[in-house]
Amino acid sequence: MADEKDPSTPKEPAAGAAPVPTPPMTAATSPSGVQAAPAPRSNAATGAAAGAAPKPAAAEGVSRRGFLKWTTVGWVAFSAACTSGLVASTRFMFPNVLFEPPQSFKVGFPSEYTVGEVDTRWKDAYGVWIVRNSEGFYALIAVCTHLGCSPNWLAAENKFKCPCHGSGFYKTGVNFEGPAPRPLERARIVLSDDGQILVDKSVKFQQEKGEWTKEESFLKI
Amino acid sequence: MATAKPSEPFLSRTWDYITDTQLWKSVFRHGVPSTNRNRVLVVMTNVFLHLHPVKIRKSGIRLKFTWCMGGLTFFLFLVETFTGLLLMFYYRPTVAYAYMDIIDLAEQVPLGIMRELHRWGAHAMVISVWLHMFRVFMTGSYKPPREFNWNVGVILLVLTLLLSFTGYLLPWDQLAIWAITVGSNMARATPLLGHEGPGAQLLALGDVKMVHAGSDARFALLGGRFVGEGALLRFYVLHCVGIPLVAGILMAVHFWRVRKDGGISGPL
Repeated sequence: MADEKDPSTPKEPAAGAAPVPTPPMTAATSPSGVQAAPAPRSNAATGAAAGAAPKPAAAEGVSRRGFLKWTTVGWVAFSAACTSGLVASTRFMFPNVLFEPPQSFKVGFPSEYTVGEVDTRWKDAYGVWIVRNSEGFYALIAVCTHLGCSPNWLAAENKFKCPCHGSGFYKTGVNFEGPAPRPLERARIVLSDDGQILVDKSVKFQQEKGEWTKEESFLKI
Repeated sequence: MATAKPSEPFLSRTWDYITDTQLWKSVFRHGVPSTNRNRVLVVMTNVFLHLHPVKIRKSGIRLKFTWCMGGLTFFLFLVETFTGLLLMFYYRPTVAYAYMDIIDLAEQVPLGIMRELHRWGAHAMVISVWLHMFRVFMTGSYKPPREFNWNVGVILLVLTLLLSFTGYLLPWDQLAIWAITVGSNMARATPLLGHEGPGAQLLALGDVKMVHAGSDARFALLGGRFVGEGALLRFYVLHCVGIPLVAGILMAVHFWRVRKDGGISGPL
């Protein structure tokens, strides 16, 4: 646009428009200067003399360079708008607030638990079992490692059993029957400041990776 | 046509009168398809017939050759659309109501068989889609110039299976919840986009994982970390609007390409 404002160089666009020898072409493609000049005239003449004369001038006023420039700007803007629309609608599918139980929660005081028992109180609400043995606590995540169903604790048979495909796990969480390929996962378990047990499901410990020996996978009391 | 002689019978004159009105002629732009030219014009100016070939091979209507499976699949899709529309008047896709509404549809709503029709139709549609694909394969109808339409058909097959998958959750019984739990767990293993999939660990800023259980493909599908309220609503919307819309557009392309690629294929 900047060079089109300069009417003193009418030859410049003709040079830019390639060395086509035919006189009508050069006459037609000497626009930028011409375009700036007759435009006000045609505006002034709108009314009575709005005939054939200004019309071809406006039609021929689009230079190749200007056309390509605005086409590029148009396509870039269009692509940017499409991309941002796609990004925005993808982001729309990921809600900021979930109406789900929290990943990190307190499960009462250590004194509430009996040694040697699997506590199923928190399974429905948070999806974990709290197991108390003679040395301390661990939190087993109630998701079968086969295909993700919820196993049940069968106290009479002293094992976890998945109703979907029959995987069985010992009280420790180690698998021993059915299609489950690896032990149940344990969640981070620590004591909070008020003395209650704090379980954090966002931190998981997998036995087959040797993570059950890590500090926060087991709460020593 | 327009100028009936008075000697002609009453019905004939009435017919001529009706077909000469502006209303009739605005709808039916061409006369009775008694000539080849008019037959073509009638088909060409009708949006529904236009999707169909003007002429088909004699073998195209032979039951032994096509098994009618493509047409049967389309018919079942229409059955599913109609019965599904009726079910939508009673079914509410929320955790509190979904299962009760299914029971209500079976036991209280007139024609309690409606939901069963929808279910059986869905099973039949999956079977007929496979048989259609089998027939097309056995008759070599996937070969050029029909290879594009084969691909459209493969996408339609996937959409049919996805319609079954999303519809599976809607009764909201134990079978539905755990089947979708198991099924959607596959999305965890999506390359790059699933938090347990290959390459997901690469997408991290320092210690902060960008693809985790709360931001991966499975999360987007379920609208949560497990199959709950969000999953039920998302599956409902996909089942009733999203997938049928895409399938409908692709079916139009599919039928039209049958015509454009030389009509239904002949026997080998």
